[in-house]
Amino acid sequence: MAIVAQTTKFGTVGRPIIAWVVALVFFFPIFWLVLTSFKTDADAVKPEFLFFFTPTIENYLNMTENYDYWHFALNSVVTSVFATLFALFVGIPSAYAMAFNPTRRTKDVLMWMLSTKMLPAAAVLYPMTFLTKSIGLFDTHFVIIIVLALINLPIVIWMLFTYFKEIPKDIIEAGQMDGVNTWGEIKEILIPLAWGGIASTALLCFIFCWNEAYWTVRLTTTDAATLSKLIEGNRAPEGLFFGRLSAVSAAAVGPIVVLGWFCQKQLVQGLTFGAVK
Amino acid sequence: MGRIVLENVVKRFGDTEVIPPLDLTIEEGEFAVFVGPSGCGKSTLLRLIAGLEDTTAGKVLIDGEDVTEVPPSKRGLAMVFQSYALYPHMTVRKNIAFPMRMAGMPEAEQKERIAAAAKSLNLTDYLDRKPGQLSGGQRQRVAIGRAIVREPSAFLFDEPLSNLDAALRVGMRLEISEMHKRLKTTMIYVTHDQVEAMTMADRIVVLQGGVIEQVGSPLELYHTPRNKFVAGFIGSPKMNLLEGSIASQHNAHTIGVRPEHVEVSAEPVKDAWEGTVGVAEHLGSDTFIHIHGIEGCDPMTVRASGDFTVKHGDKVYLTPDASQIHKFDDDGLRIP
Repeated sequence: MAIVAQTTKFGTVGRPIIAWVVALVFFFPIFWLVLTSFKTDADAVKPEFLFFFTPTIENYLNMTENYDYWHFALNSVVTSVFATLFALFVGIPSAYAMAFNPTRRTKDVLMWMLSTKMLPAAAVLYPMTFLTKSIGLFDTHFVIIIVLALINLPIVIWMLFTYFKEIPKDIIEAGQMDGVNTWGEIKEILIPLAWGGIASTALLCFIFCWNEAYWTVRLTTTDAATLSKLIEGNRAPEGLFFGRLSAVSAAAVGPIVVLGWFCQKQLVQGLTFGAVK
Repeated sequence: MGRIVLENVVKRFGDTEVIPPLDLTIEEGEFAVFVGPSGCGKSTLLRLIAGLEDTTAGKVLIDGEDVTEVPPSKRGLAMVFQSYALYPHMTVRKNIAFPMRMAGMPEAEQKERIAAAAKSLNLTDYLDRKPGQLSGGQRQRVAIGRAIVREPSAFLFDEPLSNLDAALRVGMRLEISEMHKRLKTTMIYVTHDQVEAMTMADRIVVLQGGVIEQVGSPLELYHTPRNKFVAGFIGSPKMNLLEGSIASQHNAHTIGVRPEHVEVSAEPVKDAWEGTVGVAEHLGSDTFIHIHGIEGCDPMTVRASGDFTVKHGDKVYLTPDASQIHKFDDDGLRIP
């Protein structure tokens, strides 16, 4: 008996409905956040103004005038960009070495790298705080860049490793026979061939750096403080100002949502790559 | 330029010795073919010469210079891979130019050499295409072009024709042979196909289990195989090896007789070996007959003329050419 793919009624009607429901559930917090950001702090906590209220941009004006949003945003950009570049700078040669010159211990090294992600960040909070303070690097871009790069390095290396494994070893060897040195192999062959994978990795790393809140909040005060710190700083002793908080949060996630939207294809490819050959 | 010497070269992967201590000299301008069954170490040996694998012990010398510790990029050799290994992100032109660009050759000279290589390999019309837009044969030509332009001291071929279909393989075989006659550069060619080895080589190196079984010209190996393995490996169809009472009559443990050295007759012949036809393969020019019932060798393959017609179950009578019987002792070594 032939096996024929059947289109059931559920497939044509039910599946899109479920997809929409799931999408809306996931999107709802963002929608809620944006909606609240246009309410006054007083309106934000009143149920009767749930959907119908007089919109105001006061929160956004307040954010740029009183909180120096651009200072935090710039810090976020600088730390995320440089942390991503640094992670790639270390990650590309490492993944290259492990993909093309594996030893018997390569798998163990990869697992060990991943295992560092299992360490609870809180476990090293005090050592990190004291260390950065004692060497005078507390609240500097440098330390945030290093920390962001290092916490994302295992994922960067794993992803790059998976991409590089897809490149036939013969091509790298052909390069060696054609007279390129190690740096040439990376620059002339590896990077052009794995460009899509490197871009996906960089994008994902950038997003992780941008959203990171544990270390950026704890290792900074003002100079190197990022948008995460700005959001956290809106916790006033008098209570939570939901309108203001929402505006800050919306302005913090905004850039990354837009970036993610434009790079959807790379992101999906990056997250599912290697799953199916 | 291009004399390659291996001195006591050993290769181990972990505890596995792939190449036991081995000595080999490939003379300047020679077309040497490494042949053997898969897993015999022939590709490993080529990669040791290329520098793509490190030797565990021993030395590799190119033109008298010890290159054992020299990386592949500095050995001055060119290699053509089974998978072609073209750079998929570059056009044919850039692929061919790549080694010259890496060597910092002036652009004008690069252009000249690309044009010459493209012309000799019929690639002129394809220079601006990417490898993905080419057929297998064209890709392999690009790979050869990329090897030629750098004027290496030796060419290394790692089963370059294995991915091509049979007709193309014969054509490319001729092209590579002609290229060798024209360039007179040392070439080392790895294959598991003994027909390629016989047709192309000046000298064949037969390998098994990392050990060189015999080195010699194609006809030397054909006429005087040093042992049973070489005897069975060189020649198509394979040599028939007989043990038992027939071999004892010749004072040997095993005797070998090639299919083309057996007279086959449908009529009874005095002192002939008698057998029954299993399968007869009619190629037009020849008929290969697989015969059952000969003691110590089942089936025995013989070559008859193309118009010799027999069918399954027919009785045939075989008379080997006495001057063409190869004798081997208990250890499988040739008895002179």
